[in-house]
Amino acid sequence: MTSFLNALPGAISQGLIWGIMAIGVYITYKLLDISDLTVDGSFCTGGAVCVVLMTAGYNIWVAMLGATLAGLLAGLVTGFFHTKCGIPAILSGILTQLGLWSVNLAIMDMKANMPLNVNNYDLLISLRYLQEVQKGTRPFYQHPVIVVGLVTVVLIAVLYWFFGTELGSSLRATGANGNMARAQGINTSFNKVLGLALANGLVALSGALLCQYNGFAEINMGRGAIVIGLASIIIGEVAFGKLFRNFALKLLAVSLGAIIYYVVIQFVISVFKMNTNYMKLISALIVALFLAIPYWKEQYFRKKGKVKGNA
Amino acid sequence: MLKLENVWKTFNPGTINEKVALQRLNLEMKEGDFVTVIGGNGAGKSTMLNAIAGVFGVDSGTITIDGVDVTNLPEYKRAKYIGRVFQDPMMGTAATMQIEENLALAARRGKSRTLRSGITKAEREEYIEQLKILDLGLENRMTAKVGLLSGGQRQALTLLMATLQRPKLLLLDEHTAALDPKTAAKVLSATQRIVEKDNLTTMMITHNMRDAIAYGNRLIMMYEGHVIIDVSGEEKKHLTVEQLLNLFSQASGSDEADDKLLLS
Repeated sequence: MTSFLNALPGAISQGLIWGIMAIGVYITYKLLDISDLTVDGSFCTGGAVCVVLMTAGYNIWVAMLGATLAGLLAGLVTGFFHTKCGIPAILSGILTQLGLWSVNLAIMDMKANMPLNVNNYDLLISLRYLQEVQKGTRPFYQHPVIVVGLVTVVLIAVLYWFFGTELGSSLRATGANGNMARAQGINTSFNKVLGLALANGLVALSGALLCQYNGFAEINMGRGAIVIGLASIIIGEVAFGKLFRNFALKLLAVSLGAIIYYVVIQFVISVFKMNTNYMKLISALIVALFLAIPYWKEQYFRKKGKVKGNA
Repeated sequence: MLKLENVWKTFNPGTINEKVALQRLNLEMKEGDFVTVIGGNGAGKSTMLNAIAGVFGVDSGTITIDGVDVTNLPEYKRAKYIGRVFQDPMMGTAATMQIEENLALAARRGKSRTLRSGITKAEREEYIEQLKILDLGLENRMTAKVGLLSGGQRQALTLLMATLQRPKLLLLDEHTAALDPKTAAKVLSATQRIVEKDNLTTMMITHNMRDAIAYGNRLIMMYEGHVIIDVSGEEKKHLTVEQLLNLFSQASGSDEADDKLLLS
């Protein structure tokens, strides 16, 4: 249990970082009604671009901006496949993801991983900073939980504003009812591309944060990202759905969902001394469980005749 | 206002499911015309409406709205000229968005969507006034999700959305067919009020011959993808269902009118 408590700040930090990725998944999965598998590739793209730009001597802000733009571009490619080539959205994402495997390797100079040594660079966040804050050798506001928490709040504020604008509303309408959107003069193809780009930009930004935190980028860092994203969305909904009605709060619930996800995983690893190689299996089981809960709930209440018809 | 010239449309050409939906279709509507459209199943009524709206392209012929050739314009660009209400109450509104958000989206039909606020305070007040006209109490539920409304309420809302930004052409595709008789009558009378108030050029498909005769200043009947009966003015005012059936038998050389038209 002590080891779990010691690992808790790290788990929360990681949850917050992945939470930004999950917010990106929320945009495609929930708002656009598209299961976008690009994210498994674009997450690593973000990390790779960030490390390469840092290594080339750019400062951390430029590196993170570059990573975000690279993710945006990946989303554009998926959007192009989907809207201009008529390929189903899910397959478009898979194609981009596969292509990105090679692109990501090429970005990292054909190496499977690339270090980002915290001693040599001025980073925004790092596991090292977390340890130093705990030892008292760093000011508290450089704790990753505070830094990434702040980034998350700013992102949620910007997204809240954007999805309230004319353009943002039309994007939500595109996902809610494409027929209605087109009848109201909304270019649904453009909006899908825009949404995919925006989402993958966020995913890549999250990848850029994770590579700083871990001190390296590696080719497999995005594997299963879509599952973690979906898990965060579902956990957030199950835990806070009744409480959080406002759009900004719904985005916050996604971030909190990611934190819960990482804390639960950390708990399983520290308390049950599970081999970390079982992480993926545990992840899959957790997602399956949380996907099943709403379904089971419905079945249970239907038998009892407690569900009232939704008009 | 609207001009269809020799429009043809075949679905699934070259396959076993080939269906010639529109052929030699010619139609001209004047500004302020309220045309009711009847015809049996498969006569091409909905196909004509969807071809005008740009849901799909046509094989040949031209479609002109107010002097603009829209034949090759995508659906979302034609929306600038056209207001639509669909047969399916679920189709015309976004269920997961609020009533006022749906209205705000409709108010921007044909305009570019910018980074300005999606809905303003002044707009809200205007929408409340507009919703009062519908007389369904929706003005007190502005922030309710549209998914919570009944089919009739959604159709009335869609009708308001279609006309919030005055359309050059209003297309109604059996918009009361999915409603119970009482609600259907309410939505029809709301339609009449709105069309008259703004003197809208309107095309309304219906499978109810009495409605087709009672509403509008002109009635057309479609058969095998084109217009076979076109009645307007005084003649239409005094039309009866029986006369209409006789006209159909003469025009089509068929006596299947009774089954096909009355039962559809």
